[in-house]
Amino acid sequence: MSATTAPAGTTRGIPARQILRGAILIAILLLALLPLLNHLPADSAFRVSDFTVAVTGKWICYAVLALAIDLAWGYAGILSLGHGAFFALGGYAMGMHLMRLIGPRGVYGHPVLPDFMVFLGYRELPWYWLGFDHFPYAILMAMVVPGLLAFVVGYLSFRSRITGVYFSIITQAMTYALMLAFFRNDMGFGGNNGFTDFKQLLGVPLNTQGARAGLFYAALALLAGSLVLCRHIVGTKLGRVLVAVRDAESRVRFLGYSVTAFKLTVFVLSAVLAGLAGALYVPLVGIINPGEFAPGNSIEAVIWVAVGGRGTLIGALLGAFSVNALKTWLTSVAPDLWLFVLGGLFVAVTVFLPRGLIGLFRSAAK
Amino acid sequence: MEKRAAGQPAARTIMTRILPLLLVLLFALPAAAQDAFLDALPGLAGGFGTQAEAVERLGAGGDARALPVLRALSDSTLRKNGSTVILPDGTDAATGRPADTAGAETVRINNRVRSALRGALGRLQLVSAHADERYAAADSVFRSRSADNVAPLEAAIARESVPRVKERQQLALAASRLVAADAAVKRQGIATLGEASSEDARALLLEARAANPDMTAEIDRAVASIDSRLTFKRAAETLFQGLSLGSVLLLAALGLAITFGVMGVINMAHGEFVMLGAYTTFVVQEACRGIPWLLPWSLPLSVPAAFLVAGLAGTALERGLIRHLYGRPLETLLMTFGVGMILQQAVRLAFGAQNREVLSPAWMQGILSLPGGINITQNRLWVIVFSLLVLGLTLAAIRLTRFGLEMRAVVQNRRTAATMGIRTGRVDALTFAFGSGLAGMAGVALSQIDNVSPNLGTGYIIDSFMVVVFGGVGSLIGTLVGAMGLGVLNKVIEPWAGAVLAKVAVLVIIMLFIQRRPRGLFALKGRAAEA
Repeated sequence: MSATTAPAGTTRGIPARQILRGAILIAILLLALLPLLNHLPADSAFRVSDFTVAVTGKWICYAVLALAIDLAWGYAGILSLGHGAFFALGGYAMGMHLMRLIGPRGVYGHPVLPDFMVFLGYRELPWYWLGFDHFPYAILMAMVVPGLLAFVVGYLSFRSRITGVYFSIITQAMTYALMLAFFRNDMGFGGNNGFTDFKQLLGVPLNTQGARAGLFYAALALLAGSLVLCRHIVGTKLGRVLVAVRDAESRVRFLGYSVTAFKLTVFVLSAVLAGLAGALYVPLVGIINPGEFAPGNSIEAVIWVAVGGRGTLIGALLGAFSVNALKTWLTSVAPDLWLFVLGGLFVAVTVFLPRGLIGLFRSAAK
Repeated sequence: MEKRAAGQPAARTIMTRILPLLLVLLFALPAAAQDAFLDALPGLAGGFGTQAEAVERLGAGGDARALPVLRALSDSTLRKNGSTVILPDGTDAATGRPADTAGAETVRINNRVRSALRGALGRLQLVSAHADERYAAADSVFRSRSADNVAPLEAAIARESVPRVKERQQLALAASRLVAADAAVKRQGIATLGEASSEDARALLLEARAANPDMTAEIDRAVASIDSRLTFKRAAETLFQGLSLGSVLLLAALGLAITFGVMGVINMAHGEFVMLGAYTTFVVQEACRGIPWLLPWSLPLSVPAAFLVAGLAGTALERGLIRHLYGRPLETLLMTFGVGMILQQAVRLAFGAQNREVLSPAWMQGILSLPGGINITQNRLWVIVFSLLVLGLTLAAIRLTRFGLEMRAVVQNRRTAATMGIRTGRVDALTFAFGSGLAGMAGVALSQIDNVSPNLGTGYIIDSFMVVVFGGVGSLIGTLVGAMGLGVLNKVIEPWAGAVLAKVAVLVIIMLFIQRRPRGLFALKGRAAEA
């Protein structure tokens, strides 16, 4: 584990750290402009398409997920290969709310039951669907369910000192098991079709510029909030203990710290962030299905962090945006190549660029 | 027969006297049957009552020529011209010569004729030359439940030589006896059914129970006897399926037990090495197509080929990339995952995304019927044998060879081993190649029971890791016990939880199990455990 707190280099008197901070601020401001540019007349050179707004919004949600992973992996050394599951669970919580809001507008026109339940012959709403017609409850569940799962899995694992790759494999098995479970029709979550065909959220029809812009800003606010929260955490004593756990877990334990409690705290927090990201992701893309639980998704999210540079927070954002931008571009230009490039990124970043793009930037600034 | 007769002169004279008589009868029989066929045939052109009677007679006659006629009748392609019955190809059914089709009309039938037809067709097929057709016929007779079938079935059983068909015919005979008027015959039927071990026989008996209140006790006894045998059969089959799944897991996990368990290198591309092995099997098979005598042996040939291909890929991966990441397991995990992705996509582009067909050689196909009605598919049995063989060879390689000795030395203490003159880098490469080669061999076995597609390996990788963790990292015996245990556990849970929930349940069980024994079933003790 290489040290990540490299001394801040300077370029012509300005600290590299400040350059970075300025760049982030500019980037966020530019991002905030996107939905406004979407409102320009169609023939304007600066007009941004609906697609761009939706896709960028999606990336912002991914960036929050990457941030959550970086907090656990980069600082506490907990490599979870199951964060996609927390993301998807948050998404499902929001999806359930959106399904309830469809109301009698479904194909079968049932006042309460979503279409797939009518189709599968449900008589009434299963008990775990109750309450999801309220937005605050859905948001609460998008945090509680992933948090609870992370607590159970984390508690069982950290308590018996399952660390490193063993924990990674356990979490991968967890998301795999959830994927299998959610593919089942009798789970009451729409089987392999998942949820889609949403109509509205908070009284606003979803397929409008206004709704997209609202979701976009909500995601951006979540990203900014998460970033501030994570920065705060890594700056406090908690953050220092986490780094110590990452670098020498046994020593921290011998010093009298409860490693389990520290790890559990950061893991649950990370899962809650991932759940919130998922909850905003679903209305933006308009669909959630069990494919989101695929182990490949989680590990792809980990590679965003690795590409950007882990243990830096900013690197997670950088990685999430750059890899996804590359993916969006490449899958439209040369779809066959994408998996080669992604696989190549895994290899390149671990073997040649262990500190990611941020590391590259820092050594250039020195 | 000959031998016994020689020792008993009296019997021999009887034989010599009876034999000519038998021969005469044998020759006379077809002639008589032919007459019966020709006699019955015009009846088909008559009214429905006459038709049904004629159908019964044709079915009872057992003449092979009746089969096409009755089939045509049931397909509504049989025609008649006066009393001449005309086959679909325009020939007179009686003479086989072209018939006068002018003014011919289709023979129509009603439900009574149709039901007679079903039984008659079944009975006629009992004498078919094909075992499969005879089996199907016995099946349909079993279902038609008519006491008239007793005589033809008895005759068929006497002639039958294929055990599988004979068994089915006996079941059908018992079923037919069950509906006979004679109570003694009925009891005989119940007793025979009671010895069967099939759901059908059970259902049949339960049905008969309602119709025969006087025989309730016997029937109940027969059902109970079937039930106990069915329970045993199910348990045995579950065990076999569990062992079969376990052997697959064992094959996939064995290589992992070497690379992950012994070397501590986590190779997420392991599943892709399995997939490479399966595709090697496919390529070897295609290469053998040109040489017909070699084709049945393409599978055994694939085993060393797959070992080499996957082993070489493993060596390249270890020397080229993994070597630089020793001591950084999380990075190794990510890197190898990327390599797996690249391999998968490369194979997808080279061979296409659809499944490739790898044939099973004839000697691996078929079903092995054990006593008690337990059916075992042979290729799965071969996979079990193969997996145990591979395990044995692996153990031997580690315990008995120079390479195994060096490998264990490097694992226990790398620096001391190096000081003793062991080239640790070379041992690393060979060990990794060995583990990867085992994955390739697993691919050969998997090609026999799973679809050969680019994502073949992804389905097994997580389970294989679970096996290694469950069994205890670094212990091959642990891998064996872990694989078989998880396989059987999976199949035991499956019947009442469904395949998916069984998998989920097994994962949960493993997680809870790790709470008690974080280092697996067969944990290493002493210094190696903390390494």
